Amino acid sequence: MTESQQEAFHCPIPKETSEKISLSHGGGGRMMNRLIQQYIEPLYQQPGFCHQDSAVLNLDTARIAFTSDSYVVHPIFFPGGDIGKLAVCGTINDLAMAGAVPRFLSLAFILEEGFPLASFEKILSSIQKTAHECQVEIVTGDTKVVDKNKADGIYINTTGLGYVPTGVNLGPSSIQAGDAILLSGDLGRHGVAVMSSRDATEAEVAIESDCAPLDQPIQKLLTNNIDIHCLRDLTRGGLASALNELAKEAQMSVLLEDSKIPVHPRVAAYCEILGIEPYYLANEGRFICILPSSQVTQALECLEGGTLIGYVEAGDPGWVRLRTEWGTERILPMLLGEPLPRIC
Amino acid sequence: MKYAQEYRSPKHIRKYLGVIEKISHHRFSIMEICGGQTHSIVKYGLDQALPEALTLVHGPGCPVCVTPESKIDQAIALASYDKVILCSFGDMMRVPGQKGSLLAARAQGSDIRLVYSPLEALELAERHPDREVVFFAVGFETTAPANAMAVLEAQRRQISNFSLLTSQVLVPPAMRAILANRKSKIDGFLAAGHVCTIMGYDTYQDIAEEFKIPIVITGFEPMDILEGIARCVEMLEKGQYGVKNQYCRVVKEAGNPKAQAVMQEVFERVDMDWRGIGTLLQSGLRLSEQYRSFDAEVKFHQVASSKPYHSPCQAGAVLQGLIKPDECPYFHSRCTPENPMGAPMVSTEGACAAYFQYQRPKSKGS
Repeated sequence: MTESQQEAFHCPIPKETSEKISLSHGGGGRMMNRLIQQYIEPLYQQPGFCHQDSAVLNLDTARIAFTSDSYVVHPIFFPGGDIGKLAVCGTINDLAMAGAVPRFLSLAFILEEGFPLASFEKILSSIQKTAHECQVEIVTGDTKVVDKNKADGIYINTTGLGYVPTGVNLGPSSIQAGDAILLSGDLGRHGVAVMSSRDATEAEVAIESDCAPLDQPIQKLLTNNIDIHCLRDLTRGGLASALNELAKEAQMSVLLEDSKIPVHPRVAAYCEILGIEPYYLANEGRFICILPSSQVTQALECLEGGTLIGYVEAGDPGWVRLRTEWGTERILPMLLGEPLPRIC
Repeated sequence: MKYAQEYRSPKHIRKYLGVIEKISHHRFSIMEICGGQTHSIVKYGLDQALPEALTLVHGPGCPVCVTPESKIDQAIALASYDKVILCSFGDMMRVPGQKGSLLAARAQGSDIRLVYSPLEALELAERHPDREVVFFAVGFETTAPANAMAVLEAQRRQISNFSLLTSQVLVPPAMRAILANRKSKIDGFLAAGHVCTIMGYDTYQDIAEEFKIPIVITGFEPMDILEGIARCVEMLEKGQYGVKNQYCRVVKEAGNPKAQAVMQEVFERVDMDWRGIGTLLQSGLRLSEQYRSFDAEVKFHQVASSKPYHSPCQAGAVLQGLIKPDECPYFHSRCTPENPMGAPMVSTEGACAAYFQYQRPKSKGS
């Protein structure tokens, strides 16, 4: 047997230095263990948890907020973030909207065979950084690899646990007529950052996603004794869809002042070109806060970048209206399907 | 945002509303031709702010809306061929024909792609020499030059697997048809700024003279529209007729001669069927003899157009300004953007879509 033939009969386990995810990385064997040890375990504050079927947690509270979300964003790297940062922020924000202090996260991956390991590493590092900043602990997780062309690179699912401080009871049922609506920042950055980095449009826009954890600003409002009635983060469907849902659930109507809703000029220009409206664009670091109008000034002192955009009104359940500066009104209905660009 | 925000200034909008209020003494109906103008009017609530004596009537200027069902059926039939890639502007995707929409055909496996320009379709043809790329060339005079350019470019680059399925229509024949209809009570027109940017406004002088009607070439921003209305009302109140150009920052009297030349070169006039309105003489364009090899209907002659059928949809009456969208018995009940009975409910320039998107239905609520 020649030397080259001997080489050809080597054990067919791929080299761990391979630069791409292979099916063996999810096969439950050595390759998978290496992947977990080398890449995923460093994300755990208590490395032992990584090897157990379940994390056992001590929670000294009776009120728990619990949420789960899957992340399939395309492209996975976009201006201002990536799927990893999004997977941590998104779930933390869902907890934060219940007024909860986020504590623990699960982290599950579905990876496509052939996904570059360097990209995976980059995503893991942004997960670690974001989780660290938000002081949440990653305590359990899972990794699966599927055949090439059976997924789009990487999907992430995170589940979050947080505790809800005593006395905090937020939700549409607490909304009252006359309540004020605060918006935490300008609209549409995430939607534009993602859409403009897709290949379909040639309209490149220098705008970064607003992707950010919202737990701290909300805890600041709560610790300053702001009597928040309801919070909602403005993800898919944007401001318009969030307010429509709340108006319907609360059986009230909403009147917004068009001129008070902040939109970055570049976002506005992008919308203008494609014939879409910023009220419908996705955000990943913006929320609305509904609270008694008497507390607006105090709340805005705590909420950097916040603006008063309108009020909740009694009657006309489910309608969201927008008032122009010249006194006319239009409705702002729920997003209808995916926005398609116009013809001319 | 330059060249947009200036024309949405609340201060100036209030000023123009004041001017219109002051000069308006009699009842008039003014039709805005273009669906883009309709959307601005309804979105910014301009119709609510005008004096009660003035009625704005919405016109036929929505290219997607006036494309007959049979053309959409033809596009769907073409797309069903394995070798065909059908390219369309996004606006057309949801519009129903007799056998569903392009979006539905795509879901069933046809290769239908959304493009932003006819040249994008041409590039696709160049990249896929083994496929036939058909571009669904829909629109008024505004889209015709770019479509003509794509054909000239295909000829120059000798790309033979590219063709157009045309449904190109022209504004002046539609205006004449509306004025000739005894039921219509239009006192003045706001003509479509974009169309006039290409074609100029010679033809409109003839219409104004013949029908003794004021026509104001108007832009699309709130201030443009209000200024257009003010100038139209001024002429009406003085009993004048003729053509005025409000959109002079863009529109020149002769239009764009280069664009007209390529249209002239590539297209010829034909009688055209308009959705809900019927056939209007010499109201459309098709590829001229010399460029017929780029005509999808010639290339795929076996795909016959389907027969016209009678839909209960009131699009024809809406497009001629005979009824307003919310006067249609199906508006907001049987007909919604998710389940449209006709094109005006799904096109971003459709009047029904504008009412659905921006106005509360009169009979609904609380």
